[in-house]
This record gives sequence, structure tokens and C-alpha cells, in this order.
Amino acid sequence: MDFGPFLLLALMEGLVTAAVLALTASGLSLAFGIMRVVNVAHGAFFMLGAVLAWFVSQWVPGPAALSFAAALVICPLIVGGIAALADTVVLKRLNYEPEATIVATIGLLYILEQAALSFFGPDARPVPAPLNFRIQLPWFGYSGYKLMVVVGAALVLLAVWLILRHTKAGLVMRATQIDRDTARAFGINVDRVYAGVFAMGAGLAAIAAVLIVPIQQAHYLMGGDPLLLSFIVVIIGGLGSLRGTLVAALLIGLSDGVISTFFAPTLAKIIATLVVALVLVFRPQGLFGTRAA
Amino acid sequence: MLRLDDLQAGYGAVQVLHGLSLSVATGEVLCVMGRNGAGKSTMLKAIMGQVRTSAGTIDLDGTRIDPLPAHEVSRHGIGYVPQGRRLFGDLTVAENIEIGLMTRNRGAAVRERVLDLFPRLRERMGQISRTLSGGEQQMLAIARALCLEPKVLLLDEPTEGLQPSMIALIRDTVIALKGTGVATILVEQRVDAALSVADRIAFVVGGRVAETVDAAGLSPNAPEFINHVGV
Repeated sequence: MDFGPFLLLALMEGLVTAAVLALTASGLSLAFGIMRVVNVAHGAFFMLGAVLAWFVSQWVPGPAALSFAAALVICPLIVGGIAALADTVVLKRLNYEPEATIVATIGLLYILEQAALSFFGPDARPVPAPLNFRIQLPWFGYSGYKLMVVVGAALVLLAVWLILRHTKAGLVMRATQIDRDTARAFGINVDRVYAGVFAMGAGLAAIAAVLIVPIQQAHYLMGGDPLLLSFIVVIIGGLGSLRGTLVAALLIGLSDGVISTFFAPTLAKIIATLVVALVLVFRPQGLFGTRAA
Repeated sequence: MLRLDDLQAGYGAVQVLHGLSLSVATGEVLCVMGRNGAGKSTMLKAIMGQVRTSAGTIDLDGTRIDPLPAHEVSRHGIGYVPQGRRLFGDLTVAENIEIGLMTRNRGAAVRERVLDLFPRLRERMGQISRTLSGGEQQMLAIARALCLEPKVLLLDEPTEGLQPSMIALIRDTVIALKGTGVATILVEQRVDAALSVADRIAFVVGGRVAETVDAAGLSPNAPEFINHVGV
């Protein structure tokens, strides 16, 4: 294959990575931006979404599209419910102290991974794609489902943006993010907002997992890479900045696609980590973050 | 209407209020004065549930509100304008107003009434609130609190750093609210501003009310100001 089509293929692969990454990282960014919680268990929520998608694909009879649609609804709800429970039972009791919540979410990560190992087993298991079709370009054919992942992720991100910008719930979240004491003085139940935001963040990771699992397979240790890449994205974009998260996800996803295709996936991770180090040294607040007062 | 009885509160091991008692009636303006660190702002935060009380009671129209979680206090009809305004700076003027309206599910009619008091805000509804001038920010902070149609309004040094025309506007607003039956507790450092609106003045010293006097006929040079405020 010539260089041009090869580059196009790499960019398309990168776009799929970027779309899923943007979805996963925006969940992490929401939790940090509004609650100031660095959620180390975010990758485990992602994994849980994929594992649950496999269970749903086994239980729901009929065509793959039906079980996939069911997974897209059920998995984020279950994962969000678990996250809300973890918030109420653990994080709230720690008064959202940053250091304590990091340790607590590390514990949560291990609990979720071991639970998945116990109930799901150590093997990677496939989940069928809801649709199997190829888009034939002049130089190569490309999976239509992968493009559907990009469109699906974009639609979910648009919905998140609309919720944050144009609904009362979004207004309450943004007010809580700016000043939680003043928010309380205006009747906002900050505990409930935090539980909702933590659930929403975990739910976004679960949606990302359901979208990607027909391409990657479900495995109880699959949360590591999304967690690392999500941290890279939110640090580069600016912790708590949704716009920064999207731009950084695009940057990291596309570069990952190109470098992985032309060189090696490991090199892509090394370069991404190097970029994070440079950002932390020269612009610690990230590309779109604001410097702490 | 609002009664604080033998209130004790503080921050961790540091106790700031040592048995503070006072009350404000419907349509009354009670000005609270005292030196820095006397406990004036802590008292307002204790009323709002932002600082937990260790003893004493806060009673609003016969209902104890001190055991309530902070987010439920304002729903009982207490509007709060904190020191330094504490606007939601990245939200627009309209969004700050909306937060105030949501507190007690008030609608467009209340918003219009509040904006009639501060017409300048009406022209800036789409503006990000941290980009407003200091005076406009104070207008917005008061407007946001009025959007919940408070029975009691708590104002923490609302004239701080403002020009005379803004101070006059705030005074006129407090007087207008008094006419509608709103009880106001005004923490104020400026003697002239206090005397222009207050019915009574409570002097706080060392976390308790040392003296309460009627404002009518009180001179700016009265010994109470010199003894308790140092001016």
C-alpha cells in the first residue's frame, strides 16, 4: 500500500481510539473537575462496562444488534449505580480529601478487578458487533462498525455537552464545581450532585467500553490502558476542562493511530507519556486548564 | 422571626462564637458591628449551616434550623450575600439569577421583580459574572439572594470597596425590603452606612453580643462605636 492510503488508514484507526478515549477521559475529567477526585478506579469502571456487555450479549436472545442496544443501556446504568454507591459509602465518608480518595479508589480498582475475575474468569471473551459491514474505499476496505463507534461517541459527547450547558442539572453541576459552599447556600444538595457526577463519569467509561468491546474483547484486566491514556489526556487537556479533554483525546488518539501503524504501539505510549512530562514541566495546568489561585 | 440563642461555633479546635445571642424581627434591620475577628461573619456562616454549632440554637419562625444540613437552610427562606460576593464567577448573570430562583422554585415573575430593582443587570444577562464591575457584582450577589424571596436576608459587608452611588443603591434596596417585611441582618464596618438603614445595632465582642442599642438618634461619634468598633 502507498504511503498516502497507509496514512489515511492510520488516521482512521486513530480517530476510533480518539473517540473512545474522549468518552472515557471526559468521565474522569468530570469527576475531577466537579468533585476534585482523582478516580484511579475509572479504568475498572471501563472494564466493568465491557464485562457486563459480554454478560448481556449472552443473556439477551435474538440478533446481536438487540443485545448490543440492551448493553448500551443496561451497562452504564449498572456501572453508574455501583459508582454512586461507592461515592456514598466511601468517598463521602472521606470528605473527598484528595489523598484519601486516591487511596480509596485504588482499593476500589482492586475490588472491581477481583470481582470481575471471580464472576467472569481470566479469559478474554468476544462480544459480537451489532452490525458487520465494510466501507470500500479505493485503496482498502474499512470496518463500518468502527466508524459507527466514532459517530456514537461523538453523539454521547454532544449529549454530555448539552446536559452541562443547557439543563438545570448541568447548571447545578457547574455551580457546584465553582464554589460548593455557596452552592449549598442556594439549596444545592452537593452530596447528591457528587454522587450523580461520579455515576455519570463511570457511566461514560462504561458506554465507551460497550462501544469498543466488539473490537477489543472483554477481559478483567483491560482497564489499565484506558486509565493510563485517560490520565494522559486529562493532564494534557487540563484537569476538569471538557474542551481540553476533547482536544487532547484527538491529539493522543490520532498520534497513537499513526505511530502504532508506522512504528509500534509501545512507542506511541512512550511518546504520549513524554508529552505529559513536558506539559507538567512547562504548563502544569494543561492546554485548557486554569492555574489554581 | 430569627433568634440565635447562646450560640457556640468555630473552626475545628478554634472556637469563635462564645454564647452569642440575638434576634431580628419581621421588617427589622439589625446591623451587627464589631472589630475584625469578633465573629460577625462566623455568626452568618453558622446561621447558613456552613459552620457547625457546638451548642445553642438557631430558631426561624419557631423551627430550629441549626440541625439542618447546609443546603436546606436557604429553602426555609434565608437569603445570604456572603463577604466578597462569592458569585459563580464562570456563570453568566442570567445563570447566577437562575440558581437563586431554583433555591425555592421561584419563577419568571420573581426574576422580573428582582431585575426591576437592578435594571443594570437586565442589560448584562449574558455576561460572565466575573467580568462585571465590583458594584455590578454586588448587585448580582444581592439579586441572587432576593430571587429566593427570603424572609430573612443576611448581608456580609455589602458596601466593602464600593463607590458612594452603589452604597446608596444598596441602602435604598435594604430600606425597600424592610417595607416588604423582610428581616435583615447586616454585618457592616462603616458607621454611616449602618446608621442610614439600621433599626438596632448589635455590637459583637469576642464572639458574643456585648451590647444592643437602638439606632435612632445615635450619633456617629457615640461611645459605643469607639468602644466596640474602634472608630
